[in-house]
Amino acid sequence: MPETTFLDSTELVLNMGPQHPSTHGVLRVILKLDGEKVMGTDCVIGYLHRGVEKIAEARTYTQFNPYVDRLDYVAAVSNGLGYCLAVEKLLNTEAPPRAQVVRVILTELNRIASHLLWLGTHALDIGAVTPVFYCFREREEILKIFEKYCGARLTTHAFRIGGLQYETYDGFEDEVKAFCDMFPPKVDEYEELLTQNRIWVKRLKDVGILNAEDCKRYGVTGPVLRAAGVDWDLRKAQPYSGYEKYDFLIPTRQNGDTYDRYMIRMEEMRQATRIIRQAVEGIPDGPIMAKVPKVIKPPVGEAYVSIEAPKGELGYYIVSDGSTQPYRVRVRPPSFVNLQALDRMVRGALIADVVAVIGTLDIVLGEVDR
Amino acid sequence: MPQLLKKIFLVDLFQGLWVTFRNQNPKRIYTEQYPAQRPAVAERFRGAPRLNLNPETGETLCMACNMCALACPENLIVVTSQRNEQTKKKELVTFTFDTSRCMFCGLCEEACPTDALELSQDFELATYTREGQIWDRKMLEEGPKPTRYKC
Repeated sequence: MPETTFLDSTELVLNMGPQHPSTHGVLRVILKLDGEKVMGTDCVIGYLHRGVEKIAEARTYTQFNPYVDRLDYVAAVSNGLGYCLAVEKLLNTEAPPRAQVVRVILTELNRIASHLLWLGTHALDIGAVTPVFYCFREREEILKIFEKYCGARLTTHAFRIGGLQYETYDGFEDEVKAFCDMFPPKVDEYEELLTQNRIWVKRLKDVGILNAEDCKRYGVTGPVLRAAGVDWDLRKAQPYSGYEKYDFLIPTRQNGDTYDRYMIRMEEMRQATRIIRQAVEGIPDGPIMAKVPKVIKPPVGEAYVSIEAPKGELGYYIVSDGSTQPYRVRVRPPSFVNLQALDRMVRGALIADVVAVIGTLDIVLGEVDR
Repeated sequence: MPQLLKKIFLVDLFQGLWVTFRNQNPKRIYTEQYPAQRPAVAERFRGAPRLNLNPETGETLCMACNMCALACPENLIVVTSQRNEQTKKKELVTFTFDTSRCMFCGLCEEACPTDALELSQDFELATYTREGQIWDRKMLEEGPKPTRYKC
């Protein structure tokens, strides 16, 4: 409805979402428009709020583990890793080496799966219909490995506090190695489709620029931050789960626009494959579960553990009051924080750019609303 | 001149179609004809719950220890038991499992000390009513009976 402002110009308010296919779930963005120019945005979130943090207070530590998979359901394994590491820090234990290596393999596979889903849907938003089929074809291979390993494809519940529940199945290593051989040429194939594509470049170059200073001000992490030229990746900065043993690069770009974020994620998929290959070649023998009591009862205290999830810094802050249930669990979700920069990125741009920017932020609403 | 010939003989079109036809190879069809052909799920697949019987005696393996009900994050398992006066052992009377609230995390299966409760490879759980989602002991022991179509 047009509304006269004090400068006598009309402002059109348009609701985008919560059922808009390009908002990747149930995000509602209220756009204030001048013609097709975006003058401001308001994000309305909470359509997928399930109160996961409150649920945690009524569950034991073991029982809460499957719920974290439902936060970022595209990268459930990363969520599980973050939660397990936080509880392990409270318990002052560490997963045995074999469990750590298997954890790294699964988390990196999940990073690739998450980026593939992002690439497919992002390209679909922009108008390139082919990549989504290519991406889902490769993602299927990863999900098959997950299903064989832990019995579920998306909400995996793969890790347990103190290590792993499941031993790797027969042929796990061969299948992961086969994936590592198969995958890098496929990334080249996606790049062939998109990187030099004139429409793709036109739609993404200089769209949704967020420079390094703004990134830091908004607390943005992950590929969005690295595209602005900040060399910050928790796998290198604060290595966890044995990431210091692997040789990989942190890709960075300078412009901080949507195209750079695309390039960063493509390179991250290649680097993740490198990590998986190094990890799968050196899976040590040994136990997969550390000595943790059957009833987990951490001492009074608090722990914060953050890991590099596919979307950025994923943190778990757990306060223990010495009972079997956590006193408070707070999740620092990367998607929620990254979404706050949306207004800064799209102000002055066109409506079509809003779609591109929401896509490039790679938000998952399960994690934004929790 | 070669450009013109290329245009006349539609070389680009045939190149494109070749890519299309290359992918028409029957060996590369991945579509599963679902009701006729059921997908093979992984061995560790967490699907419909199952209460196993002792294959020799046909008696339930469940000893009504209630561990699964305690392990379940959603509290959807209800076990009732009765003490047998002669053997002084607990015996299972009813076992209900509400599949509508189950998220198939597998914690009940891990808690079970006798391998009685198991998340099986059956995945067809749809029913016409909400009440049908609540499985009693009989249904858990027999497993779901999905319709088999003649195709």
